[in-house]
Amino acid sequence: MDWPALWVSLRLAGLTCLLLLPLGLWLGRTLALARFRGRSLCAALVALPLVMPPTVLGFYLMQGFGTEAPFGALWSRLTGTTLNFSFSGILLASLVANLPFAVQPIQRAFETIPANLREAAWCSGLGPWQTLWRIELPLVWPGLVSALALTFAHTLGEFGVILMVGGAIDGETRTLAIAIYDRVQAFDEQGAALMSAMLLLVSFLTIAVVYGLSGRRRGLHGH
Amino acid sequence: MATEPRLPGPVEGGLEVSVAQAGPIPLAADFHCAPGELLALVGPSGSGKTTLLRAIAGLYRPAAGRIRCGGETWFEAAVACWVRPQRRRVGLVFQDYALFPHLDARANVMIALGHLPPAERREAAEAWLARVRLEGLGGRLPAQLSGGQRQRVALARALARQPRVLLLDEPFSAVDQVTRRRLQRELALLREAIAIPIVLVTHDLDEAAALADRLCVLHGGRSLQQGPAETLFRRPASPEVARLLDRHNVFTGRVIEDEAGHRRLQWGPFRLEVTEGLAGLPLGRRLAWYLPNSDVVLHRRGRPSRGERENPITGRVREMVVLGGMASVILAFDHCDDTLHFEIATHAARRNGLARGETVTVSLLAHGIHLMPEVPLPGEEPCHA
Repeated sequence: MDWPALWVSLRLAGLTCLLLLPLGLWLGRTLALARFRGRSLCAALVALPLVMPPTVLGFYLMQGFGTEAPFGALWSRLTGTTLNFSFSGILLASLVANLPFAVQPIQRAFETIPANLREAAWCSGLGPWQTLWRIELPLVWPGLVSALALTFAHTLGEFGVILMVGGAIDGETRTLAIAIYDRVQAFDEQGAALMSAMLLLVSFLTIAVVYGLSGRRRGLHGH
Repeated sequence: MATEPRLPGPVEGGLEVSVAQAGPIPLAADFHCAPGELLALVGPSGSGKTTLLRAIAGLYRPAAGRIRCGGETWFEAAVACWVRPQRRRVGLVFQDYALFPHLDARANVMIALGHLPPAERREAAEAWLARVRLEGLGGRLPAQLSGGQRQRVALARALARQPRVLLLDEPFSAVDQVTRRRLQRELALLREAIAIPIVLVTHDLDEAAALADRLCVLHGGRSLQQGPAETLFRRPASPEVARLLDRHNVFTGRVIEDEAGHRRLQWGPFRLEVTEGLAGLPLGRRLAWYLPNSDVVLHRRGRPSRGERENPITGRVREMVVLGGMASVILAFDHCDDTLHFEIATHAARRNGLARGETVTVSLLAHGIHLMPEVPLPGEEPCHA
């Protein structure tokens, strides 16, 4: 069992969820409610990582993270570190790759809130933040949970993007999914089986939590 | 034991609305509603009723005009004044009630009690629920309530805010007939207790006539006429208003003078006596006129009609439809394509042998004839004298 790889995987998934939560809420709500020019283009860009081959996405991210590229250069100047082959690099890559998994369920959840509920809240005296906190968030809660679960599970299993950007540096960028591949390459099937079972267990727990939570909400609504 | 909630009002100044814009939703509406008054906005779908209600609530901003309520200016385009809905103190009952589905009835009302200290909100919400006769149902979610109960929660939520104006958007359209009657009765009782302007949007003319002090007829965003229902039904300002109010019996005629020198209204071969309005009109003037159904009187069969009542006219029954105790009769005439509609008790229709194709004589009561001389007539008239 490669414990450092498990720790990298869990840390990566947890941080990705934490950072994508506010971003996904803002983007999902904006795409659901706001009417602006370029909205479709914006939605398409968010969905792009979903249809791109992970190695292609990883390749472009690797290029962008390099110190010759403007973004990589800026990062290097600000932090004194490079993104490629570092944990920060795979975290950033993971944020991009998971954008659709976080944004789309949240966007769909906001789209199902009837517009007049928001208006009823305003007429009842609630300001925009109170309306978000007391009316909208409780109603999009199931969408939020599934966004987080999808992001978490997907990050645990991400292979191509992470490998391209991070390589497989022990304790830094080697995730459990990459470690499994390495074990198989080294003919250590028993190790690979153990780690696969571990990933299977975590994935199952995640999805069980989602179904449990959204099922309870449905029961509450009484439909 | 819940205490009686503090009912909103009274407010000074009432509600004054004057808004206009060319598009995207055309508006040209002017109306007011006094404290304690119930004004019904009536008109067909797409006449702008709901848009006007939303403009009052601050949910829709028209291009031009002014909205004032209770001495406050909520909207004035000329000085770019626009008060957000949160600051307007409006009680709005949405057509589908818009209850918050994740909150129980009590919490739905408590949302609107932000002006009270948190410790008092729960008790105040219970008092409001009791006021709309929902004692003991405060813990139910909207999905667990009937349509009528949901409407009451929405009403309690709207009133709990101590609004300066109560806005009702088709509040009875989503419930069954029996519940509707009961809720309408409750609204009639409630409004005696609250001294704020109430604006009711409805497409149901009977409902508007039964509940409202005044009606405002809207079409294409324009306010066409305002007044008590009885006035509107007897004296519509134009053929358009008559049509929107589902009134038939709009015809065209000409001002003439008979042999005795009396002014008369020439309608085909008939020279009609009119109590009011003919004196000031020039001879030969063509104009639209209207007669309420209730001012058509059927002559009894076999009786000589001439001289019995004013304005006897004879026509052919084109259609007679019996709807319960009343029969709806349509008379056709040789001289024009227009038809005369009136209602009569079914037993009276039977006694007089009214049937399709029969010739009958009716009187058009002179005081009921309403002239509309200021309305331009369309180019070609079906009814030519």
